Amino acid sequence: MSLDPLEQRRLEELYAIYGELLDDGPLEDWPSLFTEECTYLVVPRDNFEQDLPLAIIRCESRGMLVDRVRSVQETIMFEPRYLRHQITNIRGTKRDDGGIDVIANYLVVEVLPEDLPKILSVGRYLDVVVEEAGELLFEEKWVIYDSVLVPNTIVYPL
Amino acid sequence: MKQETPVVWPSAGVSEVPYRIYSDPSIFEQEMMRIFEGESWSYVGLAAEIPEAGDYLVTMIGRRSVVITRGPDGAVHGFANRCAHRGVKLCRQHRGNARFFVCPYHQWSYDARGNLRGVPFIKGVKGKGGMPEDFDRASHDLPKLAVTERNGVIFASFAEPPPFESYLGETNLRYFDRVFDGRQLSLLGYSRQLIPGNWKLMFENIKDPYHASLLHVFLVTFGLFRADQESQVQMDDTGGHALLISRRGEQKKSDATSDIANLREDFVLSDKRLLDPVKEFPDDATVVMQTIWPNLIVQQQSNTLALRQIRPRSPGAFELAWTFFGYADDDEAMTTRRLRQANLMSSAGLVSADDSEVIKLAQDGVDQYPDHVGVVQMGGRGTENENHMVTETAVRAFYTHYRRVMGL
Repeated sequence: MSLDPLEQRRLEELYAIYGELLDDGPLEDWPSLFTEECTYLVVPRDNFEQDLPLAIIRCESRGMLVDRVRSVQETIMFEPRYLRHQITNIRGTKRDDGGIDVIANYLVVEVLPEDLPKILSVGRYLDVVVEEAGELLFEEKWVIYDSVLVPNTIVYPL
Repeated sequence: MKQETPVVWPSAGVSEVPYRIYSDPSIFEQEMMRIFEGESWSYVGLAAEIPEAGDYLVTMIGRRSVVITRGPDGAVHGFANRCAHRGVKLCRQHRGNARFFVCPYHQWSYDARGNLRGVPFIKGVKGKGGMPEDFDRASHDLPKLAVTERNGVIFASFAEPPPFESYLGETNLRYFDRVFDGRQLSLLGYSRQLIPGNWKLMFENIKDPYHASLLHVFLVTFGLFRADQESQVQMDDTGGHALLISRRGEQKKSDATSDIANLREDFVLSDKRLLDPVKEFPDDATVVMQTIWPNLIVQQQSNTLALRQIRPRSPGAFELAWTFFGYADDDEAMTTRRLRQANLMSSAGLVSADDSEVIKLAQDGVDQYPDHVGVVQMGGRGTENENHMVTETAVRAFYTHYRRVMGL
């Protein structure tokens, strides 16, 4: 069942906040958009299409998202960069259990200190969004990137 | 005829490395010819990727695209991925199953061995055209590769290198067989990244345990690799291949970690399932990083197993193609463990991100100062095996072999 205009607006708001937290921070608030038992996977299209289970980022709980954020902030060495998410074609379908299956396109542009902007990643989100205590949260988020090849390093989540 | 190169190696030998070898196009051309198209075994894939007759995969040896196939008889073959007619790339998929390989341009077709089987209009149409009378189809087969397989891992060459076993040498073969012990492998998936650096920087990185305990705060924080652990660095007789062998330690400060300003002793994982390593090999080593000349890194870090194939593209860029695997007899818990630990590796790896980032910064630096030389003197100036991690001996051994092959 498709969403009514109000539900669609709420869903788009979730994706707007999602992009904002990853691009402008605070990054440590990003895990709060997920349920406690969430799944977050970043998968090359190649693996997805062949049913190969490897994800380049595999988080199986909000705790793993927290650990990923802390690693980005405290342990990984990387050149400073800016990211800018463009999330479009957000289409939700209501499920019988009240959750929403969502398909959306994403494009993330990366800006390194001495370079022109470039496309870091482009692909699809295949998500399940649920409502908990009046908030829409990601229960599942699959980031399927089209390019197979990644330009050097993915530091921040997509 | 030996081509002149613009590099004169410093008189100090391999304890110094001229930066020009990372950026000079003529050096790169020589490397492709002498190293990747020369007497070397390049890793090209796993038998588990092409299990059935007719299966094929497309991969790279140096800059050259090649096709690896399993023929109707079950044997593995390899040939250049370009039509003998006008040079068109034959295979456009990464992998698949095909009885014949048909060029899209004029539909010349080849079998799994790369033999030319069909040329449309070879006799002409209505008596007109066609190939000359003396056209010999058999002399237009695709350039074939030498192929060898050991315990499910396939290597290929444009030349005729010595048998793989003697190529690798006794110690390196023993450790190769430690991971590839004859059990059926199971493919977990791929990850590919384009790193803006010279391909040799990747090899140097894996042959250099000195950086591992300093750059990789995540590894050190969780005790997965530390300078104070019992370790070994071992090379083959040529110096081209190397092994870094070490074991896990604790998450606490010691002499070895006091040099790391930002060691996070207080970093406790919110979800400990990320790092839940179990012993799975007979010996006590928990990390073995093997570098096999000229294009392969075999990674065993705890329970994450991967092959990293180096595919040079230009002096300033290479592709790193990761293939993650386990064993067909892994239970579900082990597969999940491997997949979780893969978070540390590849293009978004909590550990390997440090490496791809630092290689980019290294290239930025050496590009701009080609007349300068780098210092490789940690642990002395020799190329002996060592029983500690505070050494660049395997980097010096690598360049000893490199200079010999390159005539530098």
